[in-house]
Amino acid sequence: MKKLFALLLAVTMALAITACSSSGGSEDSIKIGLLAPLTGEVAQYGLSVSSGAELYIKEINEAGGINGKTIEVIKYDEQGDATEAVNNYYRLVDDGVVGIIGDVTSAPTVAVAQASVEDNMPMVTASATDPSVISYGSNFFQACLNEPYQGTTMASFAANELGVTSAATIYNTGDDYSIGCNDAFVEQCGELGVQVLAQEGYADGDVDFNAQLTSIIASGAQAIFCPNYYQDDGMIVTQARTLGFTGYILGVDGWTNTHEYTDPENLYDCYFCTSFAIIDDEKINEFAEAYRAENDKDPGNFEALGYDAAMVLINGIKAAEDAGLEAGSDEYKQAVIDGIANGVVEGVTGEISYDGTGAPTKSIMIVSLDSGSPEFYMNY
Amino acid sequence: MIFFQQLLNGLQLGSIYALVALGYTMVYGIILLLNFAHGDIIMVGAYVSWAVMTRLQLGPVTAVFASILLCTLLGVIIEKVAYAPLRSAPRLSLLITAIGVSYFLENGAQLIFGADGKNMTAIFSIPNLTIGSLTLSSTALVTLAVTILAMMGLLVLVHKTKMGKAMRAVSEDMGAAQLMGISVNATISFTFAIGSLLAGIGSVLYSNIYQMATPTMGSMLGLKAFVAAVLGGIGSIPGAMIGGFAVGFIEIFVSAIKIGQQSLSVWRDAVVFAILIIVLVVKPTGIMGHKVREKV
Repeated sequence: MKKLFALLLAVTMALAITACSSSGGSEDSIKIGLLAPLTGEVAQYGLSVSSGAELYIKEINEAGGINGKTIEVIKYDEQGDATEAVNNYYRLVDDGVVGIIGDVTSAPTVAVAQASVEDNMPMVTASATDPSVISYGSNFFQACLNEPYQGTTMASFAANELGVTSAATIYNTGDDYSIGCNDAFVEQCGELGVQVLAQEGYADGDVDFNAQLTSIIASGAQAIFCPNYYQDDGMIVTQARTLGFTGYILGVDGWTNTHEYTDPENLYDCYFCTSFAIIDDEKINEFAEAYRAENDKDPGNFEALGYDAAMVLINGIKAAEDAGLEAGSDEYKQAVIDGIANGVVEGVTGEISYDGTGAPTKSIMIVSLDSGSPEFYMNY
Repeated sequence: MIFFQQLLNGLQLGSIYALVALGYTMVYGIILLLNFAHGDIIMVGAYVSWAVMTRLQLGPVTAVFASILLCTLLGVIIEKVAYAPLRSAPRLSLLITAIGVSYFLENGAQLIFGADGKNMTAIFSIPNLTIGSLTLSSTALVTLAVTILAMMGLLVLVHKTKMGKAMRAVSEDMGAAQLMGISVNATISFTFAIGSLLAGIGSVLYSNIYQMATPTMGSMLGLKAFVAAVLGGIGSIPGAMIGGFAVGFIEIFVSAIKIGQQSLSVWRDAVVFAILIIVLVVKPTGIMGHKVREKV
């Protein structure tokens, strides 16, 4: 047994060494890092983001790379764990990457953001919506819209466009994203004079929302704000409609696939804000087609944000390469960061620019599910 | 009015728990094994319903029969492969094996179907009953009726048939039952078949209400049903029924209670498991269970 174990250990080490040497790369390539949970509880988000990012890198390389240099991606799995994420961040630094796409979920991203400040490492997260990830240093950028912005937008939309005067919320109390959106929504409702009649919580893994929805319906709220991920949202919509709720149901960008998780006839008067949805648009169709060709399924919000995060980082690297700086030097890193901060990219989730902070200035759209599938409603 | 609506919500949730608890209690009553894989058999049944309806497009009737049949089969296979070789082993080994089977099924499903949930359309849809401002989903009524029928069927099976007599004999004394000419293996297999058949029916009704199959859906459902079975008195068939409804009502009412602006909904699981602890400490035999004197 011991011998077998020793043998296994030796094989693993040998493999690890070959892996290291093969990632050495040549002089004509630029190394960037990709940090994401590829296994474990949140693997679905990590896999989505990385497939989107890799699609963009592949397209860039096919188009000749940056000034003739190809982009090489070094990808590490952090399993959704903050400690693993920081360890893998240092591995990427040792590998000599010039910028990193990542991380994916908020808690590990906060840990990596704190670690990356010291190295002034250019980083772009596709999907960590927690506003604190950009608060540690000027080297960190988000491609996604943060939670307060989404919650605030939906409150304003409800009040100004739908004429709602009372609302209730139902959110996952075990998820920072849900809590962040919910708090912002409630605060903005207060500003706009919309009465929030009930705030109902539920726990991870719950499937029966009837008790909370009954309380909400009894409160007489005109709209239910439901800032969660699509699986839960689908069940909430089904149960709310079964209980006889006929008002508005509003969501945020976690709603992208909600229409696949409930019957179409339940989706009337459902709206959510997002920066990406598969709607009929030339740029989006082109992206969706390219994505389908590689992955054999439709891209969602995480895939689109991964694609755009890669685009933002590559845009910064272009600036540094054009200036002819030495890869990995302090000037190079600063040039990448400046390139991102001053650049404007035409992403699939909208035009992305940065207004002095790491949070993007980009348009947010409202998507209507009235017809049973996502349709562009308005820019907000 | 809102109180009555919550009562109906409790009835719907409770009837699912009761149905699952019946399967638990039945297996425990005969061979004293807590079959922790019971909830996961329901998960497999839900995936079968989804596959038959969404992937193969074979319609709801086929889905119902396929789920029930495959669950029954799966239960018998699990018994033969995982539990039968351990018949003379200490009870703890069986319990650990059951937990192992549960993990095996969960991770197997994740490997085959992916971590994302699968949505399906309702298996049978009948319009909801509306009385004034009260809405009772008709699926809840169907679930309730099926649960009550299942309980009565089980009572008849255990107390009035020859097979039931064999089951009771095996439960009382396995060795003596064998000496009296009862095939212990066949009886235990039959018990598992019936338990898993109930899981299959449960999976159909569950999929019909929540329209979702996820790899981990069985674990929490199984645990809640376990609490229901213990509360009602594990091993007692009417007890499982009472326990199931009690847990359903408790969950709904904990969610409905409000202290100021804050509702207690996130405490529902905590309250349910607190009940398990209290029952085990204060009255381990539950509501309907009776104490069996240990023979020396």
